[in-house]
Amino acid sequence: MNLGFPLFPEQASTMAPKVDALLFFLVAVSVFFVTLIFFMIIFFAVKYRRRAEDERPRPIEGAFWLEVFWSLIPFGLTMVIFVWGAIIFVDIFSPPNDALEIGIVGRQWMWKAQHPEGQREINELHVPVRQPVKLMMTSEDVIHDFFLPAFRLKQDVLPGRYTRLWFEATKAGVYPLYCAEYCGTQHSGMTGRVVVLEPADFEKWLSGGATGMSMAELGESLFQRFGCAACHRATGTSQGPSLAGLFGKTVELQQGITVTADENYIRESIVDPRAKIVAGYQPIMPTFKGLVSEEAILQIIAYIKSLSAPERKPAQR
Amino acid sequence: MNDFEIERREHYLNVNYGIRSWLFTTDHKRIAWLYLLSVTLFFFIGGLFATLIRLELMTPQGDLVQAETYNKLFTMHGVTMIFFFLIPSIPAVLGNFLVPMMIGARDLAFPRLNLASWYIFILGGAFTLMAAAAGGVDTGWTFYTPYSSIYSNTHVVLTVVGVFVTGFSSILTGLNFIVTIHKMRAPGMTWFRLPLFIWAHYATSIIFILGTPVIAITLVLVGLERIFGLGIFDPALGGDPVLFQHLFWFYSHPAVYIMVLPAMGVVSELIACFSRKRVFGYNVVAFASLAIAVIGFLVWGHHMFVSGQSVHASILFSLLSFLVAIPSAVKVFNWTATLYKGSVSYDAPMLYALGFIGLFTIGGLTGLFLAALGIDVHVHDTYFVIAHFHYIMVGGSVMGYLGGIHFWWPKMTGRRYPEGWARLAALIIFIGFHLTFFPQFVLGYMGMPRRYHVYPPDFQVLNVMSTAGASILAVGYVLPLVYLIWSLRYGTVAGANPWGARGLEWETPSPPPTDNFERVPMVTEGAYAYEKDPEEIYSFGKPAHV
Repeated sequence: MNLGFPLFPEQASTMAPKVDALLFFLVAVSVFFVTLIFFMIIFFAVKYRRRAEDERPRPIEGAFWLEVFWSLIPFGLTMVIFVWGAIIFVDIFSPPNDALEIGIVGRQWMWKAQHPEGQREINELHVPVRQPVKLMMTSEDVIHDFFLPAFRLKQDVLPGRYTRLWFEATKAGVYPLYCAEYCGTQHSGMTGRVVVLEPADFEKWLSGGATGMSMAELGESLFQRFGCAACHRATGTSQGPSLAGLFGKTVELQQGITVTADENYIRESIVDPRAKIVAGYQPIMPTFKGLVSEEAILQIIAYIKSLSAPERKPAQR
Repeated sequence: MNDFEIERREHYLNVNYGIRSWLFTTDHKRIAWLYLLSVTLFFFIGGLFATLIRLELMTPQGDLVQAETYNKLFTMHGVTMIFFFLIPSIPAVLGNFLVPMMIGARDLAFPRLNLASWYIFILGGAFTLMAAAAGGVDTGWTFYTPYSSIYSNTHVVLTVVGVFVTGFSSILTGLNFIVTIHKMRAPGMTWFRLPLFIWAHYATSIIFILGTPVIAITLVLVGLERIFGLGIFDPALGGDPVLFQHLFWFYSHPAVYIMVLPAMGVVSELIACFSRKRVFGYNVVAFASLAIAVIGFLVWGHHMFVSGQSVHASILFSLLSFLVAIPSAVKVFNWTATLYKGSVSYDAPMLYALGFIGLFTIGGLTGLFLAALGIDVHVHDTYFVIAHFHYIMVGGSVMGYLGGIHFWWPKMTGRRYPEGWARLAALIIFIGFHLTFFPQFVLGYMGMPRRYHVYPPDFQVLNVMSTAGASILAVGYVLPLVYLIWSLRYGTVAGANPWGARGLEWETPSPPPTDNFERVPMVTEGAYAYEKDPEEIYSFGKPAHV
């Protein structure tokens, strides 16, 4: 169907056909019920139209089994839709372990991206085709939303914590990126594009704009510059817990509870160190809130992550 | 009865005259008129904002208004339409007029509180209009934090105060209805003889009372953070922005049912009257209203599937959202079945009622798309959502409201509106509505985000269609305003029961006397006993005046 203007978005991720399949099922269900209801109403309204002013139709109270019947049919159908939708949703929130990780920082009114190799982009995101990509996203000010219609994906981007979004592009090309959560005056200008490249082209693009330092290396230099290493030594006893092998581990806190050392935990420990104190340590770490930018925190996290993967070279591709 | 007799007989409209007799009235019927005038004003103010939005969106560039103005327009459109038109429309106008009359009472339980509710409503409205006049507010009607509490440079506090104040009007109206329905039913008017309109208003009142305080508290917290920097929602102050969304939607999702349940009540009355049948499955429809009110409180998280809410919570909210769809579906089936073997006439109120079913069905089914987690991730905050809730709230609630206004107009005024024009208006609204909002489903799935002042050129054709539809819709809304006002003077005299309806409100003259019934009514039959004569259903005992 070519009407001179598009009526359906492009399918460019592994998720898109799954979402569209459920959409088509729902459209079919809806067309069926709308047709049924419209037909019944028109049919009854015409067939039983008032023919004489003094008509007194015989009363019908209702029918128990009919009520049960037309309660159970929608119940069954909605449960199918519910399970189907939930399966896709769980998929959307389960990034594969080998995903390429890119940091995203939103602010009024632009998107900033940071690649593990250190490349940075604004309002653009270059990714390789057929490779899972995971975005670690946060905002510097209000709530934004990273929306990729061609991938059928979106995720709110919140200040003060990380949210994740993963995708695997299936087709090289250029796709729109929108901010979907209203964020102020230039909300509709907070757009950009995602450029999906063939792996060879992506490598070429990566080597083109390299800064020389990877995200983890940048993070390591920050780690030295802020004097973190003075307390967080890799070995032996020190005033702060060692960060070697920390990422992804379970940490025991003072109150006897445990947390998983994920990105949000590390971020919180940098900007609000007293929120969670590791068992056996004193709450002496000062806050770095306002001293480190969101992009710098992402770099430090990349560095701490690299400490947990001795078998892999830091920031390997 | 002729013109002369309406003038001569004493009724609630001519019992006394002058502005004071209206501003200090405690008669629920006159208070209904105060609300009717005020919500009509707000409807056309909100409509003016919508007109400007649609004109701006004719072209992809931002050429009619600036981004800042555009953001204020959609915010003021939402705030006005939701808090000052949709929420009060049916309950405060038709509910106020009809709840006492339908159950055979002289007034609501607390007449002075009822008048106070209107003053509170007007006070809240004045704050909000003041905010608009002072330069407006640009947060969206959802007031999401930390944008609203910290970053916006517009009149957030003034607007929030307006919404906060007007909330008390809802609470007091809900309280008044619940007490009235419990304590003031006429002899023989048992619970299961009540019209479904009453059941719907009972369910709505529960939401008014339980939900509104939560939005009030939430908006106070936004104000505290904004004025005093108290850290509640802004993470920079140690707050949690998602907490706001939980609190906001805990009220604002049930508020959708505040808007649609009363419309469902109206539709039940209309379908029964114009097919001269009992509503099929009366008990089921009555309990469906209560089920919607109760389950409606447990689904707020479906506005937050991509907000960072936990996956487990989202799955549970999705499941509950599907469950709340079922009573709505059952109602649609029951209304359709009511037509079966009936005596169906096509008077204007019936056209509105059938239009309601058509639009509500599409609105409800597209709600399933949004409740489905996998699809919601894609269509959340796009025009798909806009289209969906306009089908429910404009297609549903406004059609129900207009149907109800036409149906009870003869009772309220003693005169009939011009039937031909009214049918034409119903048709224009139905067509204009589809043309306005159906293209937005397509736009949304294509990925056009809501609240966009400028948009990619690919989306233009569908936006132009939508704007064209909106201009048809506008004609459809202005027409009733014109001919209803005309009918106040020139309409034919209606008589007590022009539709041959069986509700108790039709057993007293039109317009009714101040005390509604000259003698205390007694009821021996359930609502909608269209197979019987009114004399077999109702008898009138001792004089109401003691």
